[in-house]
Amino acid sequence: MTRSARVRWTRVAVVGGCILLLELFCRTHVINPLTLIPPSEMFVAMVQMVVSGEITDDIIHTFSAVGIAACLSVVIGFAAGAAVHAMPRVRRAIAPLLASYYAVPVFVFYPLLVALFGLTMLPLIVIAFIAAVPAMVIATLTGLDRVPRVLRKVARVHRMGPLRTGLLVVLPATLPSLCNGIKLCLAYAFIGVIAGEFILSSGGLGYGIAYAYESFENRAMYGRMLFVLLTATIVNGLLHAWEVRMNARRGRI
Amino acid sequence: MSASVQPRRRLRTGITDAIAMTLVVLAIWEGLFAYAGDVAITSPLATFRYAATLLGSATFWPHVAATMLAFAYALLISAVAGVALGLWLGLRRIAGDVAEPMLVALYTIPKVTLYPVMLLAFGLGLSAKVAFGVIHGMIPIVLFTLGAVKTLPPVYLRSARAMRLTSLQTGWRVLLPAVLPEVVSGLHIGFSVTLLGVLIGEMFASQRGLGFLIINGISSHNVRLTTAVTLLVMLFAIGANGLLLALDRHLQPA
Repeated sequence: MTRSARVRWTRVAVVGGCILLLELFCRTHVINPLTLIPPSEMFVAMVQMVVSGEITDDIIHTFSAVGIAACLSVVIGFAAGAAVHAMPRVRRAIAPLLASYYAVPVFVFYPLLVALFGLTMLPLIVIAFIAAVPAMVIATLTGLDRVPRVLRKVARVHRMGPLRTGLLVVLPATLPSLCNGIKLCLAYAFIGVIAGEFILSSGGLGYGIAYAYESFENRAMYGRMLFVLLTATIVNGLLHAWEVRMNARRGRI
Repeated sequence: MSASVQPRRRLRTGITDAIAMTLVVLAIWEGLFAYAGDVAITSPLATFRYAATLLGSATFWPHVAATMLAFAYALLISAVAGVALGLWLGLRRIAGDVAEPMLVALYTIPKVTLYPVMLLAFGLGLSAKVAFGVIHGMIPIVLFTLGAVKTLPPVYLRSARAMRLTSLQTGWRVLLPAVLPEVVSGLHIGFSVTLLGVLIGEMFASQRGLGFLIINGISSHNVRLTTAVTLLVMLFAIGANGLLLALDRHLQPA
């Protein structure tokens, strides 16, 4: 067995062992069942809720908000990043703002947004957008900074216009950084929407979890929670795999 | 001569830019106020005035203390446990290789979702807030420390062995100083996510703290309170971040 295979199997064993141990502790009531239900029951609860359609509305509510916010922040963040990159003076001025942006817990603005827009999906989308867009701006700026100068020279040698240079040379060269930005946007938008739904909202998975918590319905709460965490892990994993493949192809050239 | 003029000019444009940025932010705020009015947000001037009264009132400080206490505990535990775990995983290569992708996966999941579990496990109050802050803040510190140990020049450890240092001495005298810049970078990120964790906790379920004041302002239609506390939290975060950023830059090798 190679070393990497050994590492991989150890990892599977560690994760599996943790889940089994948790199951054991819950079944033997070492952990109070009012605090944590066994993992197998969480899974069954999740499957039942998904199959019965009980949480379909919540899923649609949450994921459409995440999707809209993530798309908006990717597109607007990219455009803003490209524009700022072209204006060094503006860039220097907003640099401290970008550097300290994620130090501010943006959720403190959520109640204000609810007051501004009412208790609809709009404040959720706006808070997720506010949380996600700077990541895309920063990723775009980093990507544009890292375009090797020789590539721009090659484009000039081939007498490409600005549009063709942008599409055929600069965009592919910035792609790894943009990909990173997209990943972050999705993650931040997800956190933004779920946290917003927790704090104040009228629907969605986060609201469902908070509601189940307050009414002591552990199965409903843990089922939804597992659904959110599994979805996030799978989406992250897929994006990561895509990124690895893209970088591998890049390495071969 | 140009060498002394250049930095001064850069400083001057820096100050002009900072003033311009502040004015733009204030203008946007004033615009929001004009659009939405008193029911949603208060004007910049009124907010600053009310924030000053808050800072002078005795009932406000216990809330600040509640938030800061939870935040300080969470940051301390994250830093100590995170650095220790990072050093250990960095030295035990197999353990590090097994754990790193798992930690990265944990880092990317929305841990906000787990808040009710923390409340069920630790009860309403300080320990739940601290635990929630720790699960946010510890992982980046572990990852940064682990990365630093992995890329450490092997000669450091070899000389520690040559001098027959015990593992404790190696950790304290060789490893820790060598990874300090990365630890500070990790703390820099850990700082903001820990604060975020504590505040969300207070907004979602708590009777005390700044997050509670913000959400309480909304439910009792006290717009002045919400806006002023939001402003104060923001100023604190930006100020602390500026200090950490300066420390980070100071420690990074040129």
